[in-house]
Amino acid sequence: MAGSITTDIAGGRGVPPVVRDFGGGDGDGGGRGAHRRAAVTGLLVLLAASVMLFAAFTSAFFVRRGMSNDWVDTPVPGILWMNTGVLVASSLALELARRALRSGRRIAFNRYWTGATLLGVVFLCGQYAGWRQLNDAGIYLATNPSSSFFFLLTCVHAVHLLGGISALGYIDVQALMLRLGPGKRTAVDVSAYFWHFLDGVWIYLMVLFLFWG
Amino acid sequence: MSSPVVHPHHAPTGFIRRYIFSLDHKVIGIQYYFLALFSVFLGMSLSVLMRYHLIYPDAKVGWFEKLWPTGAAGGIMTPELYLSLMTMHGTIMVFFVLTTAPQSGFGNYFLPIQIGAEDMAFPVLNMLSFWTTFLALCVMVAAFFVPGGAPLAGWTAYPPLSAVGALSGPGEGMGQTLWIISIAIFSGASLMGAINFIATIIDLRCKGMSMMRLPLTCWSWFVTAILGLLGFAVLLGAGVLLLLDRMAGTSFFLPAGLLVNDQILNHKGGSPLLWQHLFWFFGHPEVYIAILPGMGVASQLLSTFSRKPIFGYKAMVYAILGIGFLGFFVWGHHMFMSGMNPYSAFAFSVLTMSIGVPSAIKTFNWIGTLWGGRIRFTTAMLFALGFVSLFVTGGISGIFLGQPALDLYFHDTYFVVGHFHMIMGVAAIFGMFAGTFYWFPKVTGRFMNETLGKIHFYLTFIGVYAIFTPMHFLGIAGNPRRYADFTNFDFLGKLLPVHTFMTHAAIYTAVAQLIFLVNLIWSAKKGKRAPDNPWEATTLEWTIPSPPPFDNFAGKHPVVNHGPYEYSVPGAPKDYTMQTDPA
Repeated sequence: MAGSITTDIAGGRGVPPVVRDFGGGDGDGGGRGAHRRAAVTGLLVLLAASVMLFAAFTSAFFVRRGMSNDWVDTPVPGILWMNTGVLVASSLALELARRALRSGRRIAFNRYWTGATLLGVVFLCGQYAGWRQLNDAGIYLATNPSSSFFFLLTCVHAVHLLGGISALGYIDVQALMLRLGPGKRTAVDVSAYFWHFLDGVWIYLMVLFLFWG
Repeated sequence: MSSPVVHPHHAPTGFIRRYIFSLDHKVIGIQYYFLALFSVFLGMSLSVLMRYHLIYPDAKVGWFEKLWPTGAAGGIMTPELYLSLMTMHGTIMVFFVLTTAPQSGFGNYFLPIQIGAEDMAFPVLNMLSFWTTFLALCVMVAAFFVPGGAPLAGWTAYPPLSAVGALSGPGEGMGQTLWIISIAIFSGASLMGAINFIATIIDLRCKGMSMMRLPLTCWSWFVTAILGLLGFAVLLGAGVLLLLDRMAGTSFFLPAGLLVNDQILNHKGGSPLLWQHLFWFFGHPEVYIAILPGMGVASQLLSTFSRKPIFGYKAMVYAILGIGFLGFFVWGHHMFMSGMNPYSAFAFSVLTMSIGVPSAIKTFNWIGTLWGGRIRFTTAMLFALGFVSLFVTGGISGIFLGQPALDLYFHDTYFVVGHFHMIMGVAAIFGMFAGTFYWFPKVTGRFMNETLGKIHFYLTFIGVYAIFTPMHFLGIAGNPRRYADFTNFDFLGKLLPVHTFMTHAAIYTAVAQLIFLVNLIWSAKKGKRAPDNPWEATTLEWTIPSPPPFDNFAGKHPVVNHGPYEYSVPGAPKDYTMQTDPA
């Protein structure tokens, strides 16, 4: 018995029981299976870090909002509604692309995936337009705490999105050059999951701006 | 049996890909180790200068002026220079030594081998992580050389001082900006490292290596990676806010009506306490990032050199998890002085005390492991025992500081300095020394010199107690910390001899570290040849040649049949059963 006083002190067998547990250990596979699992695990861990980053900003947002009387709600630029639609559409296109890939329709995959990537670029351009609209209305990063958080959160989201677009673009180039072999399916899935996550974060930010902005 | 390889790659032949931009986890581990070694000597040098200044505040030192023409004009160190040395000492030690060597150094080298993998899950990310850390160190050290010099705001960078800019003092201009940028880069590197560690442990364990057969070193690296993941993300966010306050005119941390050097600042509504909350949400888990790997190494060594199974393996695992979990709920105990609601302080205090439970479990289990063992007093074992001693000493003073009523008195005194140096600083460094002596034969194929090692151990062990024990008494006597000069205060006059004693102890202890450096370099070239398993240990790294081949297991795929600490098994042919021995 591992950990019992008598056997441990007497120097007896301290053999922890073998329990099949989570993860890729216990020899249940290797090679591509382990590669795929590790990639998905790595993504989930990365998402956890992103969640913590946005949680930290959200916490600061509410603390800062509640502690002074200089908070002036920042009007959400109208173009952000269109941007939200664009981002959701890009996620849908990615899902259609993955479905096409699973059924072997490569041309459809290329179209949907390219479309999703372009929609991502459109979203970023739309964000830039939104920032300019606020600037034109005299609202800048340091105008008041609300605008500080608005620009901060949208910029940090945009930086994440740049990473996502790079991933989508890489896969798109591979697909268009007919180099999207089975080994890259994991990259397809992981990129899509990351993109959906950014979708979710954006909707969360919109809710934050609309109700507490 | 297929091998759980994620990115099989072949040994590179060119010097640059082999030793500089290497993807091999072992080379990256050594790179981290040497980065930390450079940093620890740099940080230690700064501390010796500080200690020297504390007992000779009026001394004129010619080379001070050469190094710091404005900070030490005429060769006399200014209080501002003292504060910048303090800031850089703390920052370099906490981030580039305590966070780097135990986790990224030893963990990178030995984690994949101990779980039977050929490399980390993402070798390219691993390489990027190291070079990003290197960049962060360069940016941090650059703060010494910019106009105004290094920042003054301490390793915690509390605003308003850290957020106001050059107006608040030398070093608070470009120096503080570089500090924040460096820490942001370091946070990014730590996140990359954490992703790699977690994915590797979860997905790349070899056949038979269940979670409950992991060596405790791997468990500690695993939990440390989780703490780093969650903590550094928050620090990164806080750093961005601080940078915006400094450079973009925002007011996250700066209140209205702030008067600095006769100038009213144009900020309004921010709160310096917001920074403290964000910082310490990272900062307290950071303490465990520093110490947990040392706990893993101590557990590994106490079992190996006592020739006994670790006492209560499962309890040790749950204690590591418990410490990691509770570590996220106690940040407020760093802020008892901030005027927080007494009920909040009470809650943070109770949670802080509760960490004593898993900590005590670990300590008693280490003692239980030693009990009745046939102890081999190698240098590595001595450092592991030293770790336990320092952990207990530093932990007990933590119980005092965890109580708001006592902390209000102790907080700004040397009691705190003594406490955190014992538990976070030297205990963790003893873990590193223990790991170095233990794994050196595996990395180089040679032993470190045991005689030099033991001389180094005894001098260091006595030295650190001589430096840091008196700090507790100074704190009880009311000696404030962060002061550059005590000679102008009547009530501190009688304490100056204690400071003189501590400074001498610090200088002797620092010099003793040269013995370690000589031993490390000499042994790598001339040390006695070591067999593959010189300590008769059980874990996977001792099943392979020394130094290990490029892909660790030379194309073979280990199969684990035993737990990590099967020593003195009744009826077994020898007193240790390797993890790969037949069932």
